[in-house]
Amino acid sequence: MISYIKKHRFLFLRRLSQVLLLVLYFSANAYSLKILSGTLSSSLLFETVPLADPFAVLQMFIAGAVLSLDVIVGAFIVLFFYALIAGRAFCSWVCPINLVTDLANWLRRVLLLDKIERKLWLGRSVRFWVLALSLILSFVTSVAAFEFVSPISMFHRGVVFGMGMGYAAILAIFLFDLFAVKNGWCGHICPLGAFYSIVSRFSLLRVKHNQPNCTLCMKCKDVCPEKQILSLIGKRSGDVDAGECTNCGRCIEVCDDDALSFGIRNYINKNG
Amino acid sequence: MSNLNKKQVISDRRKFIVLMAQSIGLSALGGLIWTGYVQEAKSSPLILRPPGAKSEPEFLKMCIKCGQCAIACPYDTLRIAKPGDNKPMGTPYFIPRDIPCYMCTDIPCVPVCPTGALDEESVSSIKDGKKVLDINKSRMGLAIVDESSCIAFWGIQCDACYRACPLLEKAIVLEHKRNERTGKHAYLIPRVNSEYCTGCGLCERACVTKKAAIYVLPLEIAKGEVGDYYIKGWDKKDENRLENVGENVTTKTKRSELTPQDYLNDGGLLDD
Repeated sequence: MISYIKKHRFLFLRRLSQVLLLVLYFSANAYSLKILSGTLSSSLLFETVPLADPFAVLQMFIAGAVLSLDVIVGAFIVLFFYALIAGRAFCSWVCPINLVTDLANWLRRVLLLDKIERKLWLGRSVRFWVLALSLILSFVTSVAAFEFVSPISMFHRGVVFGMGMGYAAILAIFLFDLFAVKNGWCGHICPLGAFYSIVSRFSLLRVKHNQPNCTLCMKCKDVCPEKQILSLIGKRSGDVDAGECTNCGRCIEVCDDDALSFGIRNYINKNG
Repeated sequence: MSNLNKKQVISDRRKFIVLMAQSIGLSALGGLIWTGYVQEAKSSPLILRPPGAKSEPEFLKMCIKCGQCAIACPYDTLRIAKPGDNKPMGTPYFIPRDIPCYMCTDIPCVPVCPTGALDEESVSSIKDGKKVLDINKSRMGLAIVDESSCIAFWGIQCDACYRACPLLEKAIVLEHKRNERTGKHAYLIPRVNSEYCTGCGLCERACVTKKAAIYVLPLEIAKGEVGDYYIKGWDKKDENRLENVGENVTTKTKRSELTPQDYLNDGGLLDD
């Protein structure tokens, strides 16, 4: 049992973080427990610290909105947290859609869907095109274009304020990830993930590889939602330094050989 | 035919251009669908916004859809548009027949807005040199009376809307008129004064008919506009508008190319 928990320690922590955030946001509306009030788009922590989605604010800025200081400060707090420290952790520790896509991904693994399903190809760079598109369309339509269709906000608002037909959007993503493309939404399309991939390119928290311990079992690549970033596995020691890494920690916990760990990016000794 | 036999050489340049064209083309395809959806979704003219909301296009640009106004509302008046509500998703609105705006004097929904989509300035006034919140300045909409279904117009004595109005005797006044049918009663007819009506909807909530005979419409729809052509000759201030007008003001249309004498005698009018 203990070894099972140890093998899934980051997974448990992530689910705890994701669910706890939903509970906190829900309680702010339902029970006036104002620890985190609002939604992921913009919220107030302990009734004092403003937080805001920097990608939403960027879209609104491009749409031509003259925004109050509150939301701009909030956006920079969140931006700096991910860009300097946590990396793309939003995607695996905060985003509620991750619960849906991870479920689809898990079903894919246990039902061996990957081995049987017909393959649909979608490039990993599609998300950056979608990101550019959402900025261009924000300008064209003078509203934040992705915020109008974002299933992330739909899900999150649904939990806080009532789901409505939001189930349809969530189901659509689930079906897409289960039957169309593996990691289809989070790893190929989502412009918010693409945004965090770009801004967290140089963040401090990184997965580190200790090559001499590696036995090339490839369990890490099996579970990684962005496995193209693990190209250094078995080849050289160092940081997984791609912005696409969500710091979910799955690779670390499945590794039986102690070849992966969390650490601080090694800036000083680049070739070390 | 000879083309088929020749070995096709695909240069790197051709490959690059085609791939770029494909990406841009597919982005354009997605962009067209996406823009179409956003443009449809944001045109929802029959929606009542919280107090202090900017004009609808500006509001849609600035609202980050965090729902903090709805959380702050003590009467649960404000709702957040869900998928399926056929309103711009995630934005706040209210349905006065269900729950009207009770016009809290501390307007809790406005200062919490992080972006300024709900503008504190527009619902503040200067009192003793200090800025104070003034809910009476809000303009959420305008109450309109349907005379055919309002029973006061039948001669029945109903003043439910008049009594419910928080700006009693200002926003709604009762006009007394002799009832010729009975010869001994008076009509008590509700008249809405757009100078004071905030659009809170308490009248709509109070209306006794099956479907409210007095209801709030967004200002954009409820109000007409005079334009510049008419001037109140009896109003000194309005007459001042004439002062800046030059001597020879003539409207040039296609007809003014000819003098009236010419175009009236030029046939056409009397010809058969």
